[in-house]
Amino acid sequence: MKILLRLAARSAWNRRFTLGLMLVAIALSTTMLLGIERVRHEVRAGFSQSVSGTDLVVGARTSPIQLMLYAIFRIGGATNNMGWDSAQALARNPAVAWTIPISLGDSHRGFPVLATNGDYFTHFRYGSNQPLRLAQGHPMAGVFDAVLGADVADKLHYRLGDIIILSHGMGGMSLTQHADKPFRVVGILARTGTPVDRTVHIGLDGMQAIHLDWEGGAPLPGVHIPAEFVKKFNLTPTSITAVLVGLKSRARVFALQREIADGQGYKEPLMAVLPGVALDQLWDVVGIGENALLVVSGMVVVVGLAGLVAAILASLGERRRELAILRSVGARPLDVLLLLCIEGLGVMLAGVASGLLLLSLLVWTLGPLLAEQFGIALQPAWPAAGELQLLLWTILAGLVASLLPALRAYRLSLSDGLTPRI
Amino acid sequence: MNSSPPAAIDLRDLQFTWPSQPHPALSLSSLRIGAGEHVFISGPSGSGKSTLLAAIGGIILPQRGSVEVLGQPLHAMPSRQRDRFRVDHLGFIFQQFNLLPYLSILDNVLLPCQFSAYRKQRALQQGASLTAAAQALLAALDLAPALWQRPVTQLSIGQQQRVAAARALIGRPEIIVADEPTSALDSDRQQGFLDLLQQECAQSGAALVFVSHDLRLAERFDRRVALEQINEAARAGEAA
Repeated sequence: MKILLRLAARSAWNRRFTLGLMLVAIALSTTMLLGIERVRHEVRAGFSQSVSGTDLVVGARTSPIQLMLYAIFRIGGATNNMGWDSAQALARNPAVAWTIPISLGDSHRGFPVLATNGDYFTHFRYGSNQPLRLAQGHPMAGVFDAVLGADVADKLHYRLGDIIILSHGMGGMSLTQHADKPFRVVGILARTGTPVDRTVHIGLDGMQAIHLDWEGGAPLPGVHIPAEFVKKFNLTPTSITAVLVGLKSRARVFALQREIADGQGYKEPLMAVLPGVALDQLWDVVGIGENALLVVSGMVVVVGLAGLVAAILASLGERRRELAILRSVGARPLDVLLLLCIEGLGVMLAGVASGLLLLSLLVWTLGPLLAEQFGIALQPAWPAAGELQLLLWTILAGLVASLLPALRAYRLSLSDGLTPRI
Repeated sequence: MNSSPPAAIDLRDLQFTWPSQPHPALSLSSLRIGAGEHVFISGPSGSGKSTLLAAIGGIILPQRGSVEVLGQPLHAMPSRQRDRFRVDHLGFIFQQFNLLPYLSILDNVLLPCQFSAYRKQRALQQGASLTAAAQALLAALDLAPALWQRPVTQLSIGQQQRVAAARALIGRPEIIVADEPTSALDSDRQQGFLDLLQQECAQSGAALVFVSHDLRLAERFDRRVALEQINEAARAGEAA
């Protein structure tokens, strides 16, 4: 066996150029397979890290996924609003530790505007229970104060003290501007890697103020209330989009969810969503596309393996002499089979190892760029259990693939005898 | 049986047909080569030389008849045992491309010792170490020490054939089988190579089975066997 290993190594080194090309092909397909797996994993983790510590998301009745998408990820269309009095009744519930009211609907140059109050900065958690941190400035104090997410500040080059104008509605072309009531940037949040980074935060009173002279989604004709007079009005909101709820004891979560669903003590039909459950449902939908990606990268591996088999098979012709020499000095046909298998497996292992190395290198060099551009935070890391399993399958497939030329060599060495008839 | 040593090779009523071939490639009633005998086997291409050598080496199993080598019935051995027997007792030299290009000259010579403990042990009786034994053989075959470190691919064909001879001879196998080993050499060198080979075979007491179509070389052998005459299959093939 030792001599076979040595012969396989020497022989492979002798054909290092061809085998090197195969190794590169396998390394690249491994990198792709693992890269996709890792991005998939990170996207999923990033997704589920967008909110943490929130036990329930409460809003008007709609689909749970839609409420989650809108309230946490700012994706999708506006849901129905819920009354402010319902939000206050919820806050008074003895099981509730804290509430964060949020109101969505406006935007600033494509970034969603979220109206909330100081509780947001105290109670909101993301990732593994991390609180929000202000990189600069302070939370909203005045009616027209705004706090920017890290991405908003970076992309639009805003600094503290800059003046921004909000638009009515989310996205779209001809947005009506709230040009008469500009906001001033008073704080910029540290990066979180969550949708918070892409959000402009204002106070609920600010949201109410810019819509004072509005009715049904459009400015009231002939009515104009200048910014300096808004404080004369009651700026308590009448309705909001959703409430994030933290409980004193998590054990109460299902009881409260049922209570809200039953509508006891609320004037309107409400719905309470467990973020984790809704995220899982959401992921089931996304999972189809995700699996398609994995299938594609699996095929890339298969193509790489087919190349390996082709290269070894093609080299068999010129190696028949070599195999006959080995037979003449006592190598058994089984030894010939093993020799070829060792070679295939060796190229496979080296290819997979190089692929891992290449991936680490890519993550190390391009990781920061990915995090900045797409919010996907890849870290150089040892392969996780799932990845190891993928790698194991890849290597196994390689072994099976290299058996193909090995069996052919086995048969050739049986039929060739000592003088290959080439 | 003990009084006279067994023949090196004793073939009887042999018939072999390659798979998917309609006619037998080899069919002979008797061929016997004595221990230490140097036999020249001649025959044009297609006379069954390769098949004969494969049968002697135990690479193929005849469908009929017996192959006894050194008194051992090869035709009755399982393939694993035949592979072992081949490396233990036979040394092969081919027409050309005898050497593994990725091994050094010394490693090429020592290859049989890697697969056979018997050859290794006998090689150690030839020299103080395996390397010494190989070097002694290389020197005896007129390969200068300066060449020993060279890659195999830088040797001339004649030098390569001598390295192959050293590999066949190491560990003193009882039979050396040479399949047209000189046909790639020019005539001066053919004589030189044959001299060295016969000298070393005589030295180790090995029987030499030398296959060639070049009859000029035949006179220096104990005996000449014309394969096309004893192989009935070849005669039938010619008639067809």
